[in-house]
Amino acid sequence: MTWIVRNLWLIPALPALAAGLTALAKRHQRRYSAALAIGAMGLSFLLSLCAFSQVMLAITHGQPSRQVVNFPWFEFGNQWLKLGWMLDPLTAIMLVMVTFVGLLIFIYSTGYMAHDDNFTRFFCFLSLFAAAMLGVIIANSLLLLFMCWELVGLTSYLLIGFWYHKPSAAAAAKKAFITTRIGDLAFLVGMLWLFSQAGTLLFYDQGAGCLEHSALTAMVAHLTGIGMAASTGIALLIFAGAVGKSGQVPLHVWLPDAMEGPTPVSALIHAATMVAAGVFLVARVYPLMAAHSDAASALSATTALQVVTWIGAITAVFAALIAVAQNDIKRILAYSTVSQLGYMMMGLGVGGVAVGMFHLITHAFFKSLLFMGAGSVIHGCHEEQDIRRMGGLSKLMPVTFATYAVGMLALCGFPLFFSGFWSKDAILHAAMGWSISRIPFYLGSLGALLTAFYMTRQVYYVFFGTSRLASHHEATPAAHTAPPTPHESPSSMTFPLVLLASCAILLGAVGTPAWPWFDSFLSGEAPIFAFAGFLEHGILPVMLTSTLIVFLGLALGWWFYGRQPILSADLPDALEQLQPGIFRVLQNKFYVDELYEHTVIRWNSALATFSDWLDRWVWNGVVMTVSNLVLGLSWLARSTDTYLVNTSFDEGCNTVTTSGKLLARLQSGRTQSYLRLVGIAFAALVLVLIWSARS
Amino acid sequence: MLAWTIYISFCAVFVLLLLPNRMVRTARSVALLSAIAAFAVTLAAFWQHRSGELQTITRVPWVASLGLEYHLAADGISLTLLLLTGIVAIAGVLFSWNITHRVSEFFAFYLALIGGVYGVFLSFDLLLLFIFYEIAIIPKYFLIAIWGSTRREYAAMKLALYSFIGSAMVLIGLIAAYVASGARTMDLSQLAQFPFTVHFQMWVFPLVFVGFAILAGMWPFHTWAPTGHVAAPTAASMLLAGVVMKLGAYGCLRVAMALFPRGLDAWGFHLLGFGSWRDVFALMAVIGIVYGALVALVQKDFKFVIGYSSVSHMGFVLLGLMTLQQIGIDGAVLQMFSHGILAGLLFAVVGRMVYDRTHTRELAQLQTMQLSKVLPFAAATFVIASMASIGLPGFSGFVAELQVLIGTWHAYPRFTLLAGLGIVIGIAYTWRVMQVVFFGEPATNQPANVAPLPPITMPERIGTTLLVATSVLIGLYPQLLLRIIVPALHSPLFDGLWKGSQQ
Repeated sequence: MTWIVRNLWLIPALPALAAGLTALAKRHQRRYSAALAIGAMGLSFLLSLCAFSQVMLAITHGQPSRQVVNFPWFEFGNQWLKLGWMLDPLTAIMLVMVTFVGLLIFIYSTGYMAHDDNFTRFFCFLSLFAAAMLGVIIANSLLLLFMCWELVGLTSYLLIGFWYHKPSAAAAAKKAFITTRIGDLAFLVGMLWLFSQAGTLLFYDQGAGCLEHSALTAMVAHLTGIGMAASTGIALLIFAGAVGKSGQVPLHVWLPDAMEGPTPVSALIHAATMVAAGVFLVARVYPLMAAHSDAASALSATTALQVVTWIGAITAVFAALIAVAQNDIKRILAYSTVSQLGYMMMGLGVGGVAVGMFHLITHAFFKSLLFMGAGSVIHGCHEEQDIRRMGGLSKLMPVTFATYAVGMLALCGFPLFFSGFWSKDAILHAAMGWSISRIPFYLGSLGALLTAFYMTRQVYYVFFGTSRLASHHEATPAAHTAPPTPHESPSSMTFPLVLLASCAILLGAVGTPAWPWFDSFLSGEAPIFAFAGFLEHGILPVMLTSTLIVFLGLALGWWFYGRQPILSADLPDALEQLQPGIFRVLQNKFYVDELYEHTVIRWNSALATFSDWLDRWVWNGVVMTVSNLVLGLSWLARSTDTYLVNTSFDEGCNTVTTSGKLLARLQSGRTQSYLRLVGIAFAALVLVLIWSARS
Repeated sequence: MLAWTIYISFCAVFVLLLLPNRMVRTARSVALLSAIAAFAVTLAAFWQHRSGELQTITRVPWVASLGLEYHLAADGISLTLLLLTGIVAIAGVLFSWNITHRVSEFFAFYLALIGGVYGVFLSFDLLLLFIFYEIAIIPKYFLIAIWGSTRREYAAMKLALYSFIGSAMVLIGLIAAYVASGARTMDLSQLAQFPFTVHFQMWVFPLVFVGFAILAGMWPFHTWAPTGHVAAPTAASMLLAGVVMKLGAYGCLRVAMALFPRGLDAWGFHLLGFGSWRDVFALMAVIGIVYGALVALVQKDFKFVIGYSSVSHMGFVLLGLMTLQQIGIDGAVLQMFSHGILAGLLFAVVGRMVYDRTHTRELAQLQTMQLSKVLPFAAATFVIASMASIGLPGFSGFVAELQVLIGTWHAYPRFTLLAGLGIVIGIAYTWRVMQVVFFGEPATNQPANVAPLPPITMPERIGTTLLVATSVLIGLYPQLLLRIIVPALHSPLFDGLWKGSQQ
């Protein structure tokens, strides 16, 4: 085992350390905190490159490409719970991507956040986020992965809500956290189920891990009450976690709102890393997803993979439709991200790990490029985010425009020269050959058309025509005296853009059908170069179709938005003029938020109110009744005491007193009375004697 | 040596009672020093006590004619809870630094409560345990009735009555066991070995279990808890939620379940879908988890939210006990520790940092105060505490609840889902109060002037650091406590329990 495998933990530990040190820093130590974060990230990047080359070497020498390090954590019931990390091609490639994109975004942030008061806090959160994300990637235990996954969720909450004084940002952060936690709950349940089935949460542990043959066979054979294999149930629950994190339908609602965070955050979290974590999770537990009951049916897709495919395909189209009608530059990109994540899921479902992951990697580069470009635009336009109020920026911000165009073409999948083309093509080709249905292919193609369309719309709005920023600012009386002119961003912001743009072009080369380096790297084989790859069954027709679709989308975009320059910010959208009803539905995101507002949230609060009512009136009522009963009883007792016991006691006392008084009179000590009595007695005696003498 | 925890606390009570009322500073120091000394004693014992098995501390005859003994002993479970008591006690004193009304009396009652708690955790003679249990009730009453707030007489009385009803049930059970065994002993380990008839255990177990579980806040006997927590002064709420509720859970495990394990067996028939007391109590625990969380979601008083959250989190402890799985009970003990620390922290923020400064706990009023700007330290502490409380990995709550859930998965798979639902609602209510209290919008009609509040003092900072550090330490390295908890659960005391669960 080499040095890098044993010390792989350093890669997440370095940013974590940086975060800790930054947290202790004073508010004004801006340079120090930025240097710390970037330095740690740079070192992590170098280590990731080391790890990457280690895997490359192992593959070329024909050694096993996966190495794990496990260590005991604590006694878990009757056994030791182990955690661990691993290095395999999937980890290696994700490490390089995340550290590289992360590093560029860190550098970009120094420019973008330069005027923010909480600069040090921002870098602290960024580093912490990077640490958690890298932890997710290297984890060799579902538990460790889950822990880092939760940390990722927390830091993303902190970053989305970074400008928490904006109520919309605070609300978005809350929504993001709670929505993803709903998915995480399913993930947690899946994890518990997996633990009870496999007895371990380590992925690979020399044959005893939960993704290895013996555990998988056992889980496939174990049927649940409704006739579903345990492996399918677990896989679906874990997938639900991925749905939450990767913004798939129906848990996508948080992602567009999350754009309230600073733009570098959107680029880092909502384009390159966190949202990709869901896709990565599915890729990581792919053996579980694809586990079959018997070898005979190994060619058809499992239930779990079918669900993944359908959810992905539906999301891809659904989000692309919404993106057509948005006006916020970042929201368009957000819905585009949701849509592209749908593609990745679909790719995993129909074509396996390599297809989905290739799109993940290429997308990470061009989408963070687009987000950072959008950030540059927003920065240049003085925090304006509405594309209807931009325009004409191609001359004012040339670098941003050029790089943004590259990103846009890569996203649309412009043929041959852009990475997005190759990765999207691989997905479409796999979907074409899917054994279950062809509908995902059609959905995917429709999504591609829409993508090209809405990106063209956005670019025309933002970069062409005349600037509509000034006219808007004159309309508001509180604006600056002179209408602000958009300006190009500082070099700390444009430099990462250029670097990312070149990656967005070059990366396509590693995954062409002729040289499927990416595919073979992930499966641990040496790649073969052959032009014959193009001639394989169905590849050329798919390439031609997707090229046609892209051009069609671009042309439609030009037809609606490019023919005549957009003159005023207040004019209705070209599509809105054509189909106002549909446009409104799209603009309101199919009313999903409202639906949730009226169902889940309302039910929940009703239940909570009911419980409170129960507590206040029923349980408290019971308590009050009991206490009233007791009080009543005591009142009764007191009455008995007062009126019965006490009265008779008093009566008794009175009787005694009266009789005592009566008797006392006899002994009053007055001689006259005594003499009188003696006299009376004497007289009586005489009378008695006389009476008896006569008889 | 551990017996000194009790003696130190009660000695300090007498010293404090002898102090003249104006020597405020001395009173505080005495309280703090004694809390620290008791904790230091526990820590030293924890250090020496490698294995976690039962160790006798003192054993002398007490009432020889009845076979009663003064018998103190400790195992891993007691030690864990002693550590918890020590930490919460120190933090409680630190968070009561601002008390000015009848200071020495306050701390005297406070330390009497602590001493009683130490006594319960250390007693291995049942009558002794019962006596300490009663001793702990009385100071609670006075702490709330004298230094409390909202409806304090009512809350104090409610709390006292609930506690006494519970202890009456316990006492009946204990006497029944004493008579039925005929062994003329109240020694816990001896009685635990005695084979009571199943029929006998079937009625005594629920009696004693419920008697203790009332204090652990089991639904539907929980209503004393939120009212009591709210009315109590900060340190007392910290102790109530942090330690006193653990007394109940400890009694459930140590007395009810250890003495009458067969009471958990199946009845042999089904009534309303329940097949045993275990099913009944497990359901009550799960209902408590979900119900407490739901009620917390709609409270208007900041402290009530935390009060109900305690009910919810204690549900995990009871659920873990009812799994009868090694892992579930480990988790339950760990959850007792974890919740003690975190509830203490949450009440400290609510009661000391916020209420003592703003003099309101109404969420609607706190919303307009922009507390995140005025009291950034309180905001940061509350964010950390709520993260820990909703079970974020890295804090103690996560490892504890995870073990409980895994145990539950084996015993009651369906309840796992319900408990999970409780966790999600837990996030919702935590988030709601966090957002409203600390990150609320200033009212538009009011000028945005932020009334300056007294800054956070050094004792508060120290107390916060102590509690947060403990939670993180256990969250990252739970083996520290599990090392002594696991062997303790394998001691002969719990033999009956494991035998029963394997049937």
